[in-house]
Amino acid sequence: MFRTPRAGRGHRWAGAGALTLALALAGCGHDAGTSAGSYGFPQAAQDDKATITIWVDADRSGAVDAFKKANPDVKLDVVTYDGSANGSNSFRTKMQLFDRAGSGWPDVVFSSQNNDAAWASQGSNGKQAFAAVLNQGLVPKATLDNFTAGALNPCTVEGKVYCLRNDLAQTVLWYNKALLTQFGYTLPTTWEEYQALGEKVAAEHPGYIVGAAGDAFTPEIYFWAGKCQANGITGPKSVTVNTGSTECKRVAGMLDTLIKNGTTPTVSVFTPEFVQKYTGKVLLMPGPAWYAGAIFNNPQSLNVPKGQLGVAAPLPWKGEEPATGNVGGGTWFISSHSKNLKAAEKFAEFVTTADDYQVNLAPGYPAYAPAADKWIKKQESSGYYATDLQPLLTAGKQIWTGWGSGIFSQEAIWAKTVTPAIAGGKSLVDLLPEWQTAIKNQAQVDGYTVT
Amino acid sequence: MTMLREAARPTDGRPRSSSRSPRSRHAMSYLFVAGYALLAVAFGLLPVVYSIFLAFTTGDGGFAGVANFTKVFDDFRFLPAVGHVAWFLVIWLAGLVVLVTVLAIAVHAVRVRWLSRTLRLVFYLPGAVAGASSVLLWLFVLDPTASPVAGLLRLFGFTSFNQVIAPANLPPIFAIVAFWTGAGGWIVIMYGALNNISPEVIEAARIDGAGPVQIAWRIQLPLLRKWISYMGIMSLAAGTQLFVEPQLLSQASNAIVPNDYSLNQLAYLYAFQQNDFNAAAAISLLLLLIALALSAVFVTRGGLFSRD
Repeated sequence: MFRTPRAGRGHRWAGAGALTLALALAGCGHDAGTSAGSYGFPQAAQDDKATITIWVDADRSGAVDAFKKANPDVKLDVVTYDGSANGSNSFRTKMQLFDRAGSGWPDVVFSSQNNDAAWASQGSNGKQAFAAVLNQGLVPKATLDNFTAGALNPCTVEGKVYCLRNDLAQTVLWYNKALLTQFGYTLPTTWEEYQALGEKVAAEHPGYIVGAAGDAFTPEIYFWAGKCQANGITGPKSVTVNTGSTECKRVAGMLDTLIKNGTTPTVSVFTPEFVQKYTGKVLLMPGPAWYAGAIFNNPQSLNVPKGQLGVAAPLPWKGEEPATGNVGGGTWFISSHSKNLKAAEKFAEFVTTADDYQVNLAPGYPAYAPAADKWIKKQESSGYYATDLQPLLTAGKQIWTGWGSGIFSQEAIWAKTVTPAIAGGKSLVDLLPEWQTAIKNQAQVDGYTVT
Repeated sequence: MTMLREAARPTDGRPRSSSRSPRSRHAMSYLFVAGYALLAVAFGLLPVVYSIFLAFTTGDGGFAGVANFTKVFDDFRFLPAVGHVAWFLVIWLAGLVVLVTVLAIAVHAVRVRWLSRTLRLVFYLPGAVAGASSVLLWLFVLDPTASPVAGLLRLFGFTSFNQVIAPANLPPIFAIVAFWTGAGGWIVIMYGALNNISPEVIEAARIDGAGPVQIAWRIQLPLLRKWISYMGIMSLAAGTQLFVEPQLLSQASNAIVPNDYSLNQLAYLYAFQQNDFNAAAAISLLLLLIALALSAVFVTRGGLFSRD
């Protein structure tokens, strides 16, 4: 944009022009005949032979291949997109444009986020909601019931299920068993013990760390697990926010101590800086299930050698039941506009439940419980882990339900209000009111009633 | 504009062998202009008209009055975004005007031909890197762990990327990036403008005893005034639309640089995140108005439309 001024202007006009054209064309579209439908939403005229269009991100292309192999008779048109990842929000953006055009929706969409049901379940500007209702006959009840308890919460709005969960991203306590033994420490069993260990590490082994707080999903690892009421989605357009509670303050206080003593750096785990400074120095690390593949067992990241990485169940606060958070986990949506719901349902069910994909190929922890059991056995047999992986299974059932999936991104709010401040040395306890205001403001902009 | 007019005028020595009648030559010129006019209407005028329509209507097409504008004004992100863009513009425009003029005059004063040419090329080169990729390049430069000038960053007390992109540092960072990519083109243009100043005038000044500084101050600068205000207008139009830099930095920093940093980003969020094209149109109209008002200042102060 800061090229020679003429070129810059050209871009602007071209962009605006393209938009106009798209919008002008949009006016020409019209809705094909729809009927009331038997699954709880108005359906388009059905054709069992129609090709279905599938949108997936690059990582999910294995799912498509597995489906093709198992169902060669279903015709697929596969489109690869960014999976709506990293706040690109492309899923919603594109569907809104199709809404304006009145046609063009894909039949099945994978999203790497889990706040899409919040908008996809709601029609806007008089248009039919994008997501098909799945629990009123479209997907068999037995299938839905087999998902890990709570796995479909991000997909559920007012009792209706709008998507199938691909994987769970429950947070657990990862640790380096070899280091822990070498230092003569025992594994903490509560957050209080965890903090005490962090203080001990700072004194006895400076440079080693027990966590990280530089990522946008820090609140999901610590505050969600700590039952902090920052994201109490109570309805499609209502949220309760109270970051001044004891639950929030104890988490903030713990992090303040650990950030200050250097055992929990405010550096993102995905930065070269983190890898450079902390390879071989991660003693403990609360984090999502996918940390295993993304940072520990990854030659480009921490590259923890075989036989050292252990996993423990989520920590409770003293005297409380353990609870945990969740960082992402993909979702599959079926379009309510699909002309071949039968094939679309078959596809979505296959990729979330079939062993061919979820057990044999999927990198993340399957949300579908029978697949999860088999997946864990398969991972354990790899011999990489120093412990068994049962804690993952335990954690999958302990995700605290008081943290919802609203339309706005808690991660984006945290990243812009809190991350720069704690990197600059401010105290998290002091920042809690500011965080609350930021959440409130953002929720209100998105049409939420905040209490 | 003299240069352009000069270039457009047919050279006198050209053999007028064309056998076509003036009428058909007119037809030809209309044909040439038609291409531009058509595109300008389709991609310039119509979108503006459409956005005016959108800005005053509601999502389902009803008349909205000024509701879209008040909604935008009331948005908690609006004023900070205005502040960000304004602060960026102040730093960038001031830097651009002063540095480009000084550099152009300095390069023009270099008598060694190859050196002058090389310098112009060096200034221009960064501008040849396409917009988004030049921002990506800067992402590396600004990261103390990857930067080739890491030492310099540490000298300023920055040890991590997050510290470099602290909110207070962003306007100067965007200004530096913008200057780096855009200034070279302007230096070349100013150089051309300096060439346009008649050598006799300079010669006369020199005979009257003016040194290089006096020549620059009393002859070259006043004669460059129009070009400087032209640069001001064009840069202002581009600068108020600040988008690519914060957008990419937002993605690269995992949203530490907010995705609602600039006004254009806010418009983008309204259109594509909140499905509210009407409020987005309202913001773009506001941008247009601000740019027009500020341009008016440059036009009147810079005497851009006055004729010699």
